Amino acid sequence: MGKARDFLISGLVLLLGRRRRRVRRGERERVVVPEAPRNEGAELLAVFLLLASAACAVAFIVVYAVDSLPGHTQLLGLSLGLAFCFLAAALIVTGQRLVPNEELEDKYPEREHEAEQELVVQVIEESGLTRRRLLLGALAASGGAIGLALLTPLASFGPALRVSRFYRTPWSRGRRLVDEHGKPYRASDIEQDNFYTAFPEGADKEDFASPLLLVRLPTDRLQLPPENAGYDVDGIVAFSKICTHAGCAITLYRAPLFQPNEPPPALVCPCHYSTFDPSRGGTVTFGPAGRKLPMLPLEVDRVGFLLARGNFDEPVGPSWWGVRLKEPTT
Amino acid sequence: MRRRLALALLVACAVAPAAAAQSGQVAHGKELFGRYCLSCHGANGAGIQPPGTGKGYGPSLQGVGALAADFYLRTGYMPLRRVPEQPRRSRLLLSPGDIDALVAYVASLASGPAVPDPHPEQGSLAEGQKLFTDHCSGCHQVVAAGGYLTGAVAPSLDRATARQVAEAVRIGPYVMPRFTEKDLSPHQVDSLVRYIEYAKHPDDRGGWAIGRVGPVPEGLVTWFLGASTLVGVCIVIGKRLSRG
Repeated sequence: MGKARDFLISGLVLLLGRRRRRVRRGERERVVVPEAPRNEGAELLAVFLLLASAACAVAFIVVYAVDSLPGHTQLLGLSLGLAFCFLAAALIVTGQRLVPNEELEDKYPEREHEAEQELVVQVIEESGLTRRRLLLGALAASGGAIGLALLTPLASFGPALRVSRFYRTPWSRGRRLVDEHGKPYRASDIEQDNFYTAFPEGADKEDFASPLLLVRLPTDRLQLPPENAGYDVDGIVAFSKICTHAGCAITLYRAPLFQPNEPPPALVCPCHYSTFDPSRGGTVTFGPAGRKLPMLPLEVDRVGFLLARGNFDEPVGPSWWGVRLKEPTT
Repeated sequence: MRRRLALALLVACAVAPAAAAQSGQVAHGKELFGRYCLSCHGANGAGIQPPGTGKGYGPSLQGVGALAADFYLRTGYMPLRRVPEQPRRSRLLLSPGDIDALVAYVASLASGPAVPDPHPEQGSLAEGQKLFTDHCSGCHQVVAAGGYLTGAVAPSLDRATARQVAEAVRIGPYVMPRFTEKDLSPHQVDSLVRYIEYAKHPDDRGGWAIGRVGPVPEGLVTWFLGASTLVGVCIVIGKRLSRG
């Protein structure tokens, strides 16, 4: 932290020092040639275009921050695209109409007119010095805004501090499991070799921690680890449908017809083929997932409906820096 | 009375040869079974558990019914080339008559489901698409082009007939999940089959389909066209500059 601040301060000092050295008072008065006829229209146009580009880049940042806009993706593309278009137009205008184009026809003279050469250097330095600052300012605004816009998506790498909501799930003891139409599942509805998606009754289905995968395994094939002992109801096991690798929905279920010569039952994520073993409490057997699938303890009520008997044993969704710090809460 | 007798006689005359033909077919099927299937599926289709007899092992066929036999034999899934291998669609080694006989024999082993008779024209395309995306597209892809999961291949459905789809849904071949009539009603299967038939020749609203090979090659084509255009623009700009 201290090092970063030192860097920042030294950078600022360097910047300010340079600027002060460039704009010297005395030089101003020793202008040798009259200024070139000012092309005010083009100048204003270039400045306007640069500022428009900066505005578009700022708009990109704003659109990125406001998720709820309709046509979000299109607006993002439009704003960034326009920012680059305006920048390109400004550079074209500057190049065509503002930068002096002179062609050297003769060879360089021998170094005999030292004084004149210095004069030429000064002429070049002075031509457009006044408008240069305005233009450079606008260019810096445009470049800075576009740079910021390009850095904005870094925010999507994940939250830095506010992660408490990741531990929150809609599941708690006694909550019934319902299908996508809200109809409660009975334990007898769950057939072997098929898989079902369940949601918590009365909760938001769009919630990351809501969707469940339900499968029924033969009880003699169930080898739940000690910490998941008793999580099943008569061979029915429930897991979060969200892969712990990149947060895709797990939609592939391997249900072997004849165990001896077919791969064992597995839940497979279609994105990167992370494979989880439902009979061992959702442990990873293949693929990039770094931790097991969160498992939900189940029970069945007197009428035969499936209920949650608590919360998940692991935080739901892709891992983040604090994933092992806390247990999921309601 | 006389009329009733005549009727009974008539019925007997019609049924007897049919029954005889059927039992003849079963006998032929049993012979074929002994020749081609016995080493893995065991005597009377009782199945052989691993490590098996040395020639192989396989599940019991008692109770799988005509449905499963029809599916596995008419897709060429059986006979299997090597035992611990996923059955793949392949050339039919038996004549249609032999397959009929084998199906009749397997059906006679124990009572089991009959061959389904789907009517895709009675299904709804929209419902079929919804069902397909809910239950099938995870592995078979949304246009039924097939895909992969760890340890197995989900085959493309472009050569699957309506009947084979209706059978596979009930069997769950290899590692495919199984859907009972409670999960997918026969009418829903009709809709599914209708969608799968449609997916064999979908209309490409986006224009050029380039073989529907997926987003990466499509992106490459875009890059190719875009890069050529950019090079063209560069050449035009360069010319104007050198002239000016």
